[in-house]
Amino acid sequence: MTIHDDPYAGTTETPEGPVFNVTGQDWDSIDVEGIEGDTLVVNMGPQHPSTHGVLRLILEIDGERVRGARAGIGYLHTGIEKNMEFRTWTQGVTFCTRMDYVAPFSNEAVYVHGVEKLLGITEDIPERAQVLRVLLLELNRISSHLIAIATGGMELGALTVMTCGFRDREEILKVFEAITGLRMNHAYFRPGGVAQDLPDGSIQQLRDTVALLRKRLPEYAALCNANPIFKGRLMEVGHLDLAACLALGVTGPPLRATGYDWDLRKKRPYFGYETYDFDVITRNEPDSYGRFRIRLDEMDQSLRIVEQCIDRLEASEGEPVMVADKKIAWPAQLSVGADGQGNSPEHIKHIMGESMEALIHHFKIVTEGFRVPTGQAWAEIESPKGVIGCHVVSDGGTRPYRAHFRDPSFVNLQAVAAMCEGAMLSDVIVAVASIDPVMGGVDR
Amino acid sequence: MSDDKPQDPAPTDADRTQDPSHETQSELERSEARELEIVEVREGSFGVRGTGDTSGFGGLRRPVIMPGASAPPYGGWYDDVAERLAGGEGLTDAIEKVVVDRGEITFFIRRPLLLTTVTHLRNDPGLRFEFCASVSGVHYPEETGRELHVVYELTSMTHNRHIRLEVVAPDDDPHIPSVVPIYPTADWHERETWDMFGVVFDGHPALTRILMPDDWPGHPQRKDYPLGGIPVEFKGGTIPAPDERRSYS
Repeated sequence: MTIHDDPYAGTTETPEGPVFNVTGQDWDSIDVEGIEGDTLVVNMGPQHPSTHGVLRLILEIDGERVRGARAGIGYLHTGIEKNMEFRTWTQGVTFCTRMDYVAPFSNEAVYVHGVEKLLGITEDIPERAQVLRVLLLELNRISSHLIAIATGGMELGALTVMTCGFRDREEILKVFEAITGLRMNHAYFRPGGVAQDLPDGSIQQLRDTVALLRKRLPEYAALCNANPIFKGRLMEVGHLDLAACLALGVTGPPLRATGYDWDLRKKRPYFGYETYDFDVITRNEPDSYGRFRIRLDEMDQSLRIVEQCIDRLEASEGEPVMVADKKIAWPAQLSVGADGQGNSPEHIKHIMGESMEALIHHFKIVTEGFRVPTGQAWAEIESPKGVIGCHVVSDGGTRPYRAHFRDPSFVNLQAVAAMCEGAMLSDVIVAVASIDPVMGGVDR
Repeated sequence: MSDDKPQDPAPTDADRTQDPSHETQSELERSEARELEIVEVREGSFGVRGTGDTSGFGGLRRPVIMPGASAPPYGGWYDDVAERLAGGEGLTDAIEKVVVDRGEITFFIRRPLLLTTVTHLRNDPGLRFEFCASVSGVHYPEETGRELHVVYELTSMTHNRHIRLEVVAPDDDPHIPSVVPIYPTADWHERETWDMFGVVFDGHPALTRILMPDDWPGHPQRKDYPLGGIPVEFKGGTIPAPDERRSYS
């Protein structure tokens, strides 16, 4: 059997040229005798660089010059879309929140937006639920951009940027934990609204966090914007102009760095974004530096939106956060006890002691869920990384017939070849960091 | 009671419910079944087969009816797009049907004309769908001869419009022309659709698996592929695959 038709050939067997396994510090072990040609194919990965997830880059290098770059993905594939076909519409949120774990609210938001379109209840979502969604989406945009900047900095060796970024992200995660109960993988957005209302004291906590971020976010600009080493590593690296972005489907900060103001929050508003006052940030620097600056400025704009959300939440205290239709609304009014757990005593009293019909309804909606009329819908929102889309198909049953996610990282990662070929090996790291891919979203 | 589920029950008044989607299959067939887009007929409840049915729920028959074709005018800019699309060179027969549902328009495009259609959609100044947001598949195993649907989500950033194209292919000829020459972004999307559904995109530069390992057998998101296809063993017990457990669809 030749290597060509042996699918289980070992990693050191190849029909084209010799294979060397080196892990660093052992380069002397490579025997250069008899090697023909100048280029070397290097597997960069599969490894887990910072928070991006397991990515494998296959680079053909000539010295330190990259002649070819291909991304190998799939190492984090967990079959989320397939799994969702076997759970109720509400449970689907629990799965899709785990896709892009750095921006979980965007995953949840686009999915519930799609389900609400299918149900035809987009207009019936309570105002307070929409504000809560926008609040968390924008806080999440800040925390996601902080991760992008922090890990991107770390990959350059700028460890201070990393420690600062994670420090400030932690403040936002504390808010998430207070509101949703979890730092990540919240499953807080539900078809019809959100899981529960704000806990006591969260308005003050939000105001404190915003004040802290207002003080700390400018530090990144002061540290990096004019730093000659930082600029030297980022400027003119990973160049991708408007035509290339559109051809490759690249959205988000890389697209806006070309000067094109495509932001779905303004262009095709959802969740009431048209009622908020904020600017879309663009720059005419379609390189890694431009994308970095866009993320910095977008965080400021997100803070503006968060402040408006807090004011609205204060004004709408006590209003419902779930759609009025009890056939859809999941009963989840948890009143958290001293042990951090619990459920609503009034609800328990009602279903266990007062109304048999309420008990039946509770049982049916929790075990069976609700039925969604047949058809298909497409929802798209602006995630921190670009346009995230969700195509949901219903067969009239209680579970999605098909849920497909267009993850921005998946699409943007295709641009690696266009951004890296012809550049230096060290620029590959910067270019990949500048599109901020999260492999959980890429592989789903 | 062995034959309480006859093959073709005559519709009686007892079968009728207020919800028309619960009408029996034979009635639907008599009244223009093609218009109703029946993609599947489900029987029974809880997905249970072959047990003694004491509840009567086993006799349920529920057709799955997708939204049917719409007739023009479709309203708003939909008519403009539909006219310009059909007016393209050689595209008179490209549109199989148009479905307007929930404020979204779907063009079912005939398979051989897909590439011409998307070329026109991207290049015509009045259409200018320059952004292909997503390509994915949906598998309808019961829709004989049209089992595989491939869905294209196209956005016109110029005109701020969004449309959906749908192309169907039978399971025994799962070939669909690739749109990569027009939308390079479709490269990975089509690879994923091949990986997950087994749709062969003719003309794709390198149609290989993308998420599953290269030597993986089968296409996991097809409906005939079980969830948990890899046996998971627990000592001393067997766990049925999730799709074999009790469910409500």
